[in-house]
Amino acid sequence: MPTFDRRAARRGAVVAAILVAAGLPSLAEEPARLAEQLAAIRAVGREGAGNAAAAAAWRAVVQGDAARIPAVLAAMDGANPLAANWLSAAVDALATGHGPVPLDGLRAFLADVRHDPHARRLAYEMIRDRDRTAADGLIAAMLDDPSGELRRDAVQRAIDAAAGLKKDGRKDEAIAGYRTALVAARDVDQIKAVDSALTGLGESVDLPRQFGFLMHWQVIGPFDNKAGRGFATGYPPEERVDLAAPVAGRDGPVSWKPLVTADAYGMVDLNPAYPAEGGLKEVLAYAFTEYEAAEARDAELRLGCKNAWKIWHNGRLLFGRDEYHRGMKIDQYQLPIRLERGRNTILVKLCQDDQKQEWTKEWQFQLRVCDAAGTALLAVDRPPSPAAPNAEKKP
Amino acid sequence: MTPSMKAAMNRGARLAACAGLLAACSLPAAPAAAQQVAASQSGWPRFLGPQGDGVASTASLPAELTADSRRWSVDLPGRGLSGVLVAAGRLVVTCSSGPEQSRLHVVCLDPADGRTLWHRQFRATGRTMCHAKTSVAAATPCTDAGRIYAAFSSNDVVCLDFDGNLLWLRGITSDYANVSNSLGMASSPVATDGTLVLQVENDSESYALGLDGATGANRWKLDRPKAANWTSPAVLRPDLVALQSKTGIDAVRVADGSVAWSYGDGASTIPSSCLHAGVLCVPSHGITALAVEAVAAGAQPKQLWRSNRLSPGTASPIAVGDTVLAISKGDVLTAGSLATGERLWQLRVEGPFTATPVSDGRLVACVSEKGLVQLVDITGAEPKLVSSLDLGDEILASPALADGGLYLRSNTKLYKLGR
Repeated sequence: MPTFDRRAARRGAVVAAILVAAGLPSLAEEPARLAEQLAAIRAVGREGAGNAAAAAAWRAVVQGDAARIPAVLAAMDGANPLAANWLSAAVDALATGHGPVPLDGLRAFLADVRHDPHARRLAYEMIRDRDRTAADGLIAAMLDDPSGELRRDAVQRAIDAAAGLKKDGRKDEAIAGYRTALVAARDVDQIKAVDSALTGLGESVDLPRQFGFLMHWQVIGPFDNKAGRGFATGYPPEERVDLAAPVAGRDGPVSWKPLVTADAYGMVDLNPAYPAEGGLKEVLAYAFTEYEAAEARDAELRLGCKNAWKIWHNGRLLFGRDEYHRGMKIDQYQLPIRLERGRNTILVKLCQDDQKQEWTKEWQFQLRVCDAAGTALLAVDRPPSPAAPNAEKKP
Repeated sequence: MTPSMKAAMNRGARLAACAGLLAACSLPAAPAAAQQVAASQSGWPRFLGPQGDGVASTASLPAELTADSRRWSVDLPGRGLSGVLVAAGRLVVTCSSGPEQSRLHVVCLDPADGRTLWHRQFRATGRTMCHAKTSVAAATPCTDAGRIYAAFSSNDVVCLDFDGNLLWLRGITSDYANVSNSLGMASSPVATDGTLVLQVENDSESYALGLDGATGANRWKLDRPKAANWTSPAVLRPDLVALQSKTGIDAVRVADGSVAWSYGDGASTIPSSCLHAGVLCVPSHGITALAVEAVAAGAQPKQLWRSNRLSPGTASPIAVGDTVLAISKGDVLTAGSLATGERLWQLRVEGPFTATPVSDGRLVACVSEKGLVQLVDITGAEPKLVSSLDLGDEILASPALADGGLYLRSNTKLYKLGR
């Protein structure tokens, strides 16, 4: 496995820099030079930090031949996203006009799932661009690949195969094929496509469970959000959540009450909980839930929301955004967390502004727990998805 | 920014010292193609063209459009409504691809035949969500001093030379986590006096940035109105740019981001201002014309006229000779006097329009969303639709007009029209 040794790179950078400064560049060994150049690229940071050094190193890296592509791809392992982009562009440059691309090295790189998923995808694309038949063979075995892009192609193959079976009237085999695709699918559009196909074949899909949407909540409100000031106002639930204790709301004491959504895509709509003609405006409410984790692990909270919002996990503010009614989709915001073993708490603050148009009445969110690849992480005590006899499936 | 990204960046910072030494020892030489880039603005170096008025005075549109006018078309690697950059004898186009449009592309092509000269790919580091009609590749790239600057709706900004060498990149949403717009960002940057001026204005964390053209580092960061804004800066002088927003216009010194003067009577957040003969035509209450050429220190620009009979829709106004032109929401091309604002004539054209028209000073090319290219002769007292060509492809991007032809891009193709 080509690896990127950070310590060696640091040593190499210092030594090589001294040798170059001393006018003895030829004494710096090629691997050490490359490692030092890659280290310079990986050193880029926020607000343009390290860009000048990275540019010089980048020019040096792309002076080499295409044989060094696996080493450059390996440098993407653990690189920050900005550094990864520098390296990705170097791979693009090396892949054209720098001699033959090392296909064997790329196959080996692709096969090692410990490498950065995006780097492996680049390796795959270089293989595909030169040998599509070989690439098709490789992708067929990637239904469970950690790279989302590689997995996506494999899932699409499975969907297409199932569609072919359906067209041939082989219903049971088609259903089995779609079920296989569904297990592997992580992208929303593919899950929707499979759900649609299975529904057409008389099957049902538990979409809330598939995605890991949180369906059972306690909500409290309304609190004042006049002129949007409530977004920055710390109302009592931000200090302490006591589900039994009323607190002062905008119009008097307010209490927590349960809100269970049966929406296929986990939409938590606050308007029915606080009915008002035309919908409440310039208010906010909180939604709270608990999540029992089997183990401590890295995870993500993924939110879709067109109202201003804030989220806390175990009392820690993760993020907030004061944008209203610009758009909403599943997984719109991806918030890394560290799940604690056992009980975790999630608090959502959801603000509504003063706009009066029909499309600004929406006061809702959808939230799921998953891993970085989008695989649902289900609470150990997750109840069955609420039945929705006549509920429409809407994203 | 995720915690893992922060940790990775901290690691990066610890490496910066030796990397800096490396940089000092091996600064890159100027690339061959970059050396060919003259300071002249004879190509199409940014949104609204070399002078910021939508006119390419050294180019000419074909007198007639026929099937033979289509010199070539090539497939693009992704979608986009960014315009084409024409400079240094090359074309540069940005695209985005993938189910989330998270793959970003900068493609350089040969204007003679559309052949790809180089192609660089990046991954969006900011949010890519946008309205279905727009795209992550919405901002037209610009150039200055041999550098290509490409900005994306994810707030990734990359700088390359004309040989495809990466000079720097930034992830503005990595730096400032709430810089984004769920409908998409679309402001096209401008580069002047060695500074890239970037408006990343939105409802939340809203800024204008002046980035060092050589390194991408912040020269200044200016708080801007918290409101979605898709307009692009106008270069008033090499050292002064006009930033448009819902509050109006702020003239900002490129060197330090300080505000020289402001016009505070509101302006559109979609069509941008054009500059011609010292007059800034601002989409404000129709169009408001400001004399911006010699504004004394501490003074405000003189308002020359205001006309609500010149009301641009999505496309920005342009100015040709002594005329300002705007396409209305109702698809009417209207001409007004640049001196007085008096309406001179109107012509209904077939829309709808997102693309800003371009002119060679004699003809105006209006390109509808349905891909209908319409040439209007504006040399007479009355306008005349002289020719049209249906590309049969959705065109939202503003065309580029340069010596070799008219360049149009769709979500899938790049076209060259010419004689």
